[in-house]
Amino acid sequence: MQYQSPASIDEAVAALASIGGARVLAGGTDLLVQLRSGAASPAAVIDIKNIAGLRTISETADGFRIGAAVSGAEITDHEALVRAWPGVTEAAGLIGSTQVQGRASLGGNVCNASPAADTTPALIAARAIAEIVGPGGKRSIPVEQIATGPGKTSLASGEIVVSFLLPKRPASSADAYLRLIPRTEMDIAVAGAAVSLTLAEDGTIADARVGIGAVAPTPLVLDASFLVGTTLDEAVLAKLAEAAGAAARPIDDKRGTIDYRRKVVGVLAKRAALIAYERAKGAR
Amino acid sequence: MTYEQKNLRVVGTRPIRHDGPDKVTGRANYASDFTLPGMLWGRVLRSPHAHAKVLSINTDKARALPGVKAVITGADLPLPPPGVTQAGESAINTQHLAKNLLARDKVLYDGHPVAAVAAISEAVAREALGLIEIEYEVLPHVIDVDEAMKADAPLLHDDLFTEGVEPRPETPSNIAKRIVVSKGDIEKGFAEADIVIERTYTTKAVHQGYIEPQGCVANYAEDGQAMVWCSSQGQFVIRDLCITMLGMEASSLKVIPAEIGGGFGGKTTVYLEPLALMLSKASGRPVKMTMSRGEVLRATGPHSGSSMTARIGAMKDGTITSAEVVIKFQAGAFPGSPVGAAVMFCSAPYDIPNLSITGYDVVVNIAKVHAYRAPGAPNGAFAFETVLDELAHELKMDPIDFRAKNSAVEGSKSPYGPTYGPLGGIECLSSAKNHPHYKANLGPNQGRGVASGFWINIGGQSAATVVVNRDGTISLVEGCPDIGGSRASLAMMCAEVLGIAAEKVRPSIVDTTAIAFNDVTGGSRVTFATGMAVVQATEDAVRQMRERAAKMWDIEVDQVGWRDGAAQEMNGNRSLTISQIAQKAAKTGGQIMGHASINAAGAGPSLTTHLCDLEVDRETGKITILRYTAFQDAGKAVHPSYVEGQMQGGVVQGIGWALNEEYIHDENGRLENAGFLDYRMPVASDLPMIDAVIIEVPNPNHPFGVRGVGEAPIVPPLAAIANAIYDATGVRMRDLPFSPPKVLAALEAAEKTKANG
Repeated sequence: MQYQSPASIDEAVAALASIGGARVLAGGTDLLVQLRSGAASPAAVIDIKNIAGLRTISETADGFRIGAAVSGAEITDHEALVRAWPGVTEAAGLIGSTQVQGRASLGGNVCNASPAADTTPALIAARAIAEIVGPGGKRSIPVEQIATGPGKTSLASGEIVVSFLLPKRPASSADAYLRLIPRTEMDIAVAGAAVSLTLAEDGTIADARVGIGAVAPTPLVLDASFLVGTTLDEAVLAKLAEAAGAAARPIDDKRGTIDYRRKVVGVLAKRAALIAYERAKGAR
Repeated sequence: MTYEQKNLRVVGTRPIRHDGPDKVTGRANYASDFTLPGMLWGRVLRSPHAHAKVLSINTDKARALPGVKAVITGADLPLPPPGVTQAGESAINTQHLAKNLLARDKVLYDGHPVAAVAAISEAVAREALGLIEIEYEVLPHVIDVDEAMKADAPLLHDDLFTEGVEPRPETPSNIAKRIVVSKGDIEKGFAEADIVIERTYTTKAVHQGYIEPQGCVANYAEDGQAMVWCSSQGQFVIRDLCITMLGMEASSLKVIPAEIGGGFGGKTTVYLEPLALMLSKASGRPVKMTMSRGEVLRATGPHSGSSMTARIGAMKDGTITSAEVVIKFQAGAFPGSPVGAAVMFCSAPYDIPNLSITGYDVVVNIAKVHAYRAPGAPNGAFAFETVLDELAHELKMDPIDFRAKNSAVEGSKSPYGPTYGPLGGIECLSSAKNHPHYKANLGPNQGRGVASGFWINIGGQSAATVVVNRDGTISLVEGCPDIGGSRASLAMMCAEVLGIAAEKVRPSIVDTTAIAFNDVTGGSRVTFATGMAVVQATEDAVRQMRERAAKMWDIEVDQVGWRDGAAQEMNGNRSLTISQIAQKAAKTGGQIMGHASINAAGAGPSLTTHLCDLEVDRETGKITILRYTAFQDAGKAVHPSYVEGQMQGGVVQGIGWALNEEYIHDENGRLENAGFLDYRMPVASDLPMIDAVIIEVPNPNHPFGVRGVGEAPIVPPLAAIANAIYDATGVRMRDLPFSPPKVLAALEAAEKTKANG
């Protein structure tokens, strides 16, 4: 097995395109586990951690750009990002353990394409855009278009996600992410829900977006337009929980049942909405 | 030796453990830290089937792979003569062990070894495993204990006839044994009762969950002399099992104990060591073998899943009149579950006039179970202590008062035979009742549970040598691997007898050629039994030092006393310190060394009562443990920090077992959660600090009053948590684990029942 550590995106793309079955390595918290267990045996590993720009978070007039190899710990340490996107950053802070968060990257979490990836529902709710570079040049797509099934992505051969863009936030906006795990850390979501809200002057919801995870082959966008114009009264919350459960297409497995996941994703969506709402009120 | 109250200066204090710095700095050497020149890597090929006939094995391609130095199968391990080797709380049938080490005509569980290879690297060894061709005929399998007892269940062994049933059955079955403990007349007892409650419970197989996987290095020399480095709970039992498997003499195998990264009973048998010896013998090279976590979970341990029914009757005043319990345990692929302990001890905290407790040992298609901390007792207590909680509730009695009213005390006859000596049961209950925890307020969806537990503790064979060094320090030589702070407790007892500081005594756990046979570290026996050997060995050294001092002063030895680490002239002011005596040892008769080798009797049972507060999330079913206090009779806490550590560790393992730990098999009988992600032991952030309250009711049979402490604390948590869930929600859960999906389903079912009125 070859190991390459290119210094530029172009080099990385060239290496990835020229070696069949090469895999991108960022934090390695998924890939190295696969290598050790024998689940993956790629011909080459392309380490993108030494590429300038892939390890930085920058604030621009359009919002935040987060390099794909930025670790969870770097995200949760970034005060301005945490202030603007408390939900996205709390999702990054839930992955694995403190030690894992020192390595696990945002790009890796999204591109590993686990149905239970914690950051993906939060990025979906945030309307995050993934910037991709490949042999054919650059392109940008909404985050929900990356994963196409468990372990599968829409990335073409040689393509690398290099960064994520989080849009500029209007006043009175906030997000939140919650997941259910049987433990408190070192675990994988049985269900997860992220809610991003913007409030109008009168405290009603002006914009809402909801992402759910671990309840379908990929994280999903939930149509939450019915939240707009409300103040999250009991009836609206009940409708949100029901909508989340209805949108879910879960499976029965060792971590939970179909019935359990449908119920719990609704509970989490409801609770995340309440947290995001309170946070947005405080973000005027 | 008997207990004597004395002023203690070392015992009961909290010095830094002798092995602490090595462990926190990473210098301690565990099993996989050993490497020898020319060493090969061994790996095991395991059955992917839960139950199958092995029609053929072809190893030709694996042998032909460059770098492969040896390949072995069951054909290379002839069955030893029938026999049983005692390993603490387990009795190991030697022929079953051989069949477990390497399958022959049949594989009996997912993970059952069928072949092993040794090669120049792990990668080559792995590749070689893939080249071994095995033809299986898959058979129907059975894992659930109730299913396995049915007449039409798939049969694991066609030569297994139930023991303990008269007349002996004429047809084989999966029921290896029936055990009954009884006294009085249960039906008469139930007739006297005002209230009788009968409930059925199930638990899943769980694993000991030691962090260090099994590992070893074996070196078998051309002259038939061999060495094994491995981590275990007893180098002597490893030696004895290996020599039995390979037909060796005891003096030909030296087993060197590595530091141990957790055992909890699971490391009192062999899985890899005989294979590594065979591969080393075949290749002429040292061979190292280590297990992956997946192999550990599939093929070692686990502890029995169970199915139990408990029926208990009480009078209106709270007197328990009768109890009938039926307990069925998974034994795994071969007979020998710890169902006997569940039978003997589930009612042991109480004095009940009429009892009938029946246990069944049932073979099923999972790995052969092995000892796990108080083996069997937590299952039995789960059933018994939750029925007691229901009775207390129905009788409108405080659950602690109800237990106290029925408690066994000194002079009560135990369910398993002997009459109890001093017992700390009442003391634990009253300490719990008077503790601030019991009076603390609870919020909405919060509940409090109470449960008690019992563990018998054992004595057994132990040896110790006390070597007096010229500078007055002591080398304490012992043979019991330290899994819970026993180096510290043994050194402290030695220091106490000598009248010196614990730091002046350096304990070493030595190989099988350097001390007499010691039983395994198990049964909570080491601080009790090896401690007694250490006290006797130290007294032997003191006697010798008094003799030398008498010689140096030219007086009679009975004129020489011993105090504060020195010989004292009784009718004068002269004294000689240990180092002053030791420096003259060459001239007064040679070097000084005390020794004792004993079979300790008179272990004292440990009783314990636990309080658990928890909160139930009614929308997700997730349980959060809020507060937990364990009250336990230690007899005497030699090093209170390590007694507290044992209590906390046992509680935490019990919490994990109660909330999330379980073996999950797919429809083909393959273990689906063979890793720590989905075999969910608790992590630190899941738990509050576990409060430990040590009660000391001295064991009259130990010089410092020591009882065992390591096992009792895992006994009550299953029931304490079930009882707390009821207190929080009004719902009785009787099937472990109480994982979020199961709790939510139970809450919803209760709501539905209520709505239907």
